[in-house]
Amino acid sequence: MATVQIPPTETSRAATRPLAPSGRPTSLRGASLRAVYIIWYRDVVRYSRDRFRLVASLAQPLLYLVIFGTGLSSSLGGARGGGFGGGLLDYKQFLYGGIIGMSILFIAIFSGMSIVWDREFGFLKEILVAPINRSAVAIGKTLGGATQAMVQGLILLFLAPVAGVKLTPISVLELLPLMFLVCFSLTAMGVALASRMRSMQGFQGVMNFLMMPIFFLSGALFPLRGLPAWMDALTHLDPLAYGVDPIRKVILRGSGVPTIVTDGLGLSFNGQPIPIPVEAAVVLAFGLVMLAIAIRNFRVRD
Amino acid sequence: MIKVRGLVKRYSSLEAVKGIDLDVAEGEVFGFLGPNGAGKSTTISILCTLLKATAGEVEVAGLDVDRNPDEVRARIGLIFQDPSLDDQLTARENLEFHGFIYGMPASTRKERIAEVLDMVELGERAGSQVRTFSGGMKRRLEIARGVMHHPDILFLDEPTLGLDPQTRKNIWDHLHELRRREGITLFMTTHYMEEAEFSDRIAIIDQGRIVAQGTPDELKSQVGGDVVTITTEDPEALAREIDRAFSLATKVENDTVRIEVPDASTFLVRLIRELSTPVQSLTMRRPSLDDVFLNLTGHAIRDEAAGSLDQFRNMAQIWGGRRR
Repeated sequence: MATVQIPPTETSRAATRPLAPSGRPTSLRGASLRAVYIIWYRDVVRYSRDRFRLVASLAQPLLYLVIFGTGLSSSLGGARGGGFGGGLLDYKQFLYGGIIGMSILFIAIFSGMSIVWDREFGFLKEILVAPINRSAVAIGKTLGGATQAMVQGLILLFLAPVAGVKLTPISVLELLPLMFLVCFSLTAMGVALASRMRSMQGFQGVMNFLMMPIFFLSGALFPLRGLPAWMDALTHLDPLAYGVDPIRKVILRGSGVPTIVTDGLGLSFNGQPIPIPVEAAVVLAFGLVMLAIAIRNFRVRD
Repeated sequence: MIKVRGLVKRYSSLEAVKGIDLDVAEGEVFGFLGPNGAGKSTTISILCTLLKATAGEVEVAGLDVDRNPDEVRARIGLIFQDPSLDDQLTARENLEFHGFIYGMPASTRKERIAEVLDMVELGERAGSQVRTFSGGMKRRLEIARGVMHHPDILFLDEPTLGLDPQTRKNIWDHLHELRRREGITLFMTTHYMEEAEFSDRIAIIDQGRIVAQGTPDELKSQVGGDVVTITTEDPEALAREIDRAFSLATKVENDTVRIEVPDASTFLVRLIRELSTPVQSLTMRRPSLDDVFLNLTGHAIRDEAAGSLDQFRNMAQIWGGRRR
């Protein structure tokens, strides 16, 4: 390697310090906005570099849709007037929105929890000793994870023909903000969980006791109607249930399934279907609470 | 540059730091020395605003770390004990991330990245992902990153831990170079005594307390002259014999007896004449910092086994590499 001729100390410092007299960035607030951006950007770069993960993460939704979906659809009698959705709906069509929700859930939580990896492998320290507001760490990470989940969700939109649904331009326009909201809120939950987790040992617990229940209770696999009271109560506590239902409604309505059918599949309150804006508001509120928890946890120094 | 008064850090049941005072002047290389678990990393974490002190006052670069953590962070650079690079990013991307997060404007960022990469001789590898780097290269990149934003003080927590001797020397060459070029204050912890010799001043910590502070020479002069080490099969008997014949204090460690004498060359002649216990070997030397530590604490600094995190890493590597 080339040896470098080193200029004398003083000139070298002067030459590289054309900023303020102190030679430092001027405002901490400015640095924090940039920090949100760069933390988000790092996640995106890493994600784009990890092609294998991108491909692998498509395998699971495909398996659900093609094998699980086809199997259950056949045993339910398919669209030939079986017992599903009054015979107007094929199970695969029903399942499609749920699978989008499932993928978003898994990617969002895993990305949010990548903070535990960063902690374990040291990189988090680099972020935590930087002169930035700690809230930038939580926000940047949440947006980074949400972006990854969103990319996954967008890819899944191309599987619509496999599920036998049609996506109209309008339904896609409605889906984008809804999906991003769900991505954001679930990633915020992952970040909040990871913010106090010191090792990867807690990860298995989150997986078994949080992610799977959230998935099963969300209505991704079956309609949330006619359930026993205890389970009905639990589904109303499931943040993903408020995300899967509007996503599914938009998709199915776009495919020409009557509102009366779609309303009979999802969350209800006092026997009335919950309107999409209310569901979206619940998801947003949940996400903001989670983000607030994450920010608070990052601000605490031991 | 650094002023610490009565610093205490208590974890739920354990008092890791038991009231220490430190002063580090501008431009100084300050060595913070002690065995693993003595409270070094805890202290450095508090100085760097990563941990909160239970009691005491800490000023870094003229700022109270408790009241102005963000301002302190902008003025310090850190090189951690464990690697803290993103190894899926390239060397340049790691530095870009750093410059960005420290709010360096784009115009100076690029120039400075080239400058620090050249300084640690990694210019040609700027575009390679860090996972392809050796341990020494990673360390050098971390040094480059640590000084990139022109900190007043660079903290180094065991900068050469886990590196082979040749790489350690290379890292030290770079640190000396850095000091010459950037003129910054270096505060480093280490448990390699020979590295502490590079410091202008040293503080020795043991079990949460500072047991000595001064220049390496000052500390070594505390040891009573030369150090004579005698290896024998029966150290206890030899120690008794020396005590009887010369009334000198002895320390027995494994199969060696250690004594300190003002003038070893004349003493050895007398010693050999008087002794009846068989002796296997004899060495005499000027006191080292190891001797200082042994003198002050009654035990030697040891290279302990890898920490749990290292073990975890090894496991992770065995299980098909680092999943991220």
